[in-house]
Amino acid sequence: MESKLFLSSSPHIRDDVSIPKIMWTVNIALLPALLGSLWFFGLRALWLVAVSILTAVGTEALLEKLMKKPLTIYDGSAVITGILLAFNLPAGVPLWMPAVGSVVAIGIGKQVFGGLGFNPLNPALLGRAFLMASWPVHMTTDWILTRYGTMNGIDTVTRATPLKVYQLARDYLSAHQGVSPEQLSQAKVTLTHLSQAYRNLFCGNVSGSLGETSFLLLFVGAFLLFLKGYIGWRIPVSFIGTAALGAWIFGGTGRLFTGDPLFHILAGGLALGAFFMATDMVTSPVTPKGKLLFGFGCGLITILIRLVGGYPEGVSYSILLMNLIVPLLDRYTKPRRLGEVRR
Amino acid sequence: MKKRSFKGGTHPPAKKELTAKSPIAAMPLPEEVLLPLSQHLGAPAKPLVKPNDRVKTGQKIAEATGFVSVPLHSSISGTVKEIAELPHPTLGVGLAIRIEGDGDDVWDEGTKERANYSGLTPKELREIIREAGIAGMGGAAFPTHVKLSPPQEKPIDTFILNGAECEPWLTADQRLMLENGEGILEGMRLIMRTLGCQKGCIGIETNKGDAIKNLQKLSSAYGYEVIPLKVKYPQGGEKQLIKAITGREVPLGGLPMDVGCVVHNVGTAYAVYEAVAKGKPLIERVVTVTGTIVKNPQNLRTRIGTHFAKLIEECGGTTETMGKLINGGPMMGIAVETDEVPVIKGTSGVLALSQKEARYWEPRPCIYCGRCVDTCPMGLMPNMIGNLAEKEKFASAKEYGVLNCIECGSCSFVCPARRNLVHLFKYAKAKLTQMKES
Repeated sequence: MESKLFLSSSPHIRDDVSIPKIMWTVNIALLPALLGSLWFFGLRALWLVAVSILTAVGTEALLEKLMKKPLTIYDGSAVITGILLAFNLPAGVPLWMPAVGSVVAIGIGKQVFGGLGFNPLNPALLGRAFLMASWPVHMTTDWILTRYGTMNGIDTVTRATPLKVYQLARDYLSAHQGVSPEQLSQAKVTLTHLSQAYRNLFCGNVSGSLGETSFLLLFVGAFLLFLKGYIGWRIPVSFIGTAALGAWIFGGTGRLFTGDPLFHILAGGLALGAFFMATDMVTSPVTPKGKLLFGFGCGLITILIRLVGGYPEGVSYSILLMNLIVPLLDRYTKPRRLGEVRR
Repeated sequence: MKKRSFKGGTHPPAKKELTAKSPIAAMPLPEEVLLPLSQHLGAPAKPLVKPNDRVKTGQKIAEATGFVSVPLHSSISGTVKEIAELPHPTLGVGLAIRIEGDGDDVWDEGTKERANYSGLTPKELREIIREAGIAGMGGAAFPTHVKLSPPQEKPIDTFILNGAECEPWLTADQRLMLENGEGILEGMRLIMRTLGCQKGCIGIETNKGDAIKNLQKLSSAYGYEVIPLKVKYPQGGEKQLIKAITGREVPLGGLPMDVGCVVHNVGTAYAVYEAVAKGKPLIERVVTVTGTIVKNPQNLRTRIGTHFAKLIEECGGTTETMGKLINGGPMMGIAVETDEVPVIKGTSGVLALSQKEARYWEPRPCIYCGRCVDTCPMGLMPNMIGNLAEKEKFASAKEYGVLNCIECGSCSFVCPARRNLVHLFKYAKAKLTQMKES
């Protein structure tokens, strides 16, 4: 034989699903929500996302060049981080904020640990947490009104997110003193209005972070990933299910089992978090049971922060906290081996 | 038709259409054969001949050494040229007997048909099977008589004939079930008699509808049940097959006999039939010679010891330069160093890949997608074991069950980071064996 035969261990064929294929598919799955944000918040959304992506990819390229590591910017993972970070910002923040956030997300959230696969935390959420800690005023007040929507008149006055409005109203209702009868009745009216705003909440025509507002468009993208098998049902279902259950039991004013679970599912960043960030492969468990527990923990912390915490929204912190115990979850939820008898 | 299966598994492209419809053709008598002394799991056979000895077809040329070992027979008549370290399809090189043929194919006097073999006792049957040199023909080549000698405290209630043939590309078992179904069932009957076992099941994946139909038709006289199985790799894995058919799980580290089962491949059953009824030792087998670059892929009935090169030649050669040549199928087969290696008892297929198909996938770090965990038919966490093996943490890899790995390759196949997981597991297993010995 004149030519050498190639030797390697079995198997000798591989599936065509590769890291770049998965990552670019996730980017495609984020497109509906991205287009939605353009529709709701105008061209400004595009600038924020563009700055975020460019900085994320640029930071990754620069750091890999400095560390003399193979360039991974074409695998699409830095692009995801860029989009998700922008999605987590109020639409009215200045353009330097996504840039700073992306540098932190890629630099400290990902490359410091060795790049894709080694990061313990979701990079985009780490970037967001950094911005939240550093510029809390921008991060909690730079909301802008959606182009067409009002929520039965509420947010035209306050410009706050539905969850913020909800928090204020609940505070009034549960306060025992210092609240006038007018404020009390207004709070009641507000809560009624909120629970009548399902359609706008579902479509995303409400104030909020750039890419989080539309449950519908996020679900469309997530469903594509589910069909491709790149995300499973366990994390989103247990995350959203736990949060909804918690909202129903404890979310009412006064009595148990009077909360509004649907409002909690549709409002805020739950859909974005449960579909796209808690399901991040690198920072979520690999075992079926681990995934259920992970989603449960995320849902629990989210509803805890929303109902009794200082922030109106708790999705991103809940995911970051749960990210930290992923190795433990994996270790204690090993699947049962074929033929294994457990005592 | 209810299809039974197991948990996990994957769906590699089957590629069986290349050879599934072509009847088994007879490979011309080879001019030379290489007969490795180690073709089976266990102790290598000990040569009974020396260079320049004349041998006949079917003559015993090496004897078993110990219980877990089988003898070896010459597959052609001719002259022993040398006993030396020669190319081996799974070991690289191995001690082998090279025989130059005389072209006459004169059979040994001992190979006579038995007119009446129904009076043979289990003990006699076991002895005939062992003397015929039969080792599992599905690929693992475990000595058949050992599996037929369960200790008394492990009664066998179910015998399973493995016709799953889940390995992509290969169709040798399928063709055998279509063309030699009677022989297979007769072999199955003999095996069950040896085991003293009443219930016989035949597991076949539903992508082989013709084989299912044929064996269903033939087996009604025997009272065996043909069980259609879901098309899913590795459905033909012994433990996966037992789980699918009986619902029983072979205990970790245990054997099928621990749950009252014995499994044999259809090729093995046919070899048992030939050994008992025709007095023929195992000197030939059906091999699927295939690949997109092979001109006329087909199933060949060939003598053991035939060079791979001759098989490819018989199939019209290749349309482009070969990049990889595999003993077996693409999922579990072993890449060989040269086409001078011979067909051995466990060679179910010869697969030629083009240089493009033989590409090397540069592995990347694990991204914890969990696809390997979902697909592992043994319920392991391949990602963890791979990472531990890479860091040489073999004791931890053992805790995560690396020794339970059946090396089916499903995890490597689905890994989007292209990690060489099976390679890492084999490495960890070898290291663990080394550590145990020292």
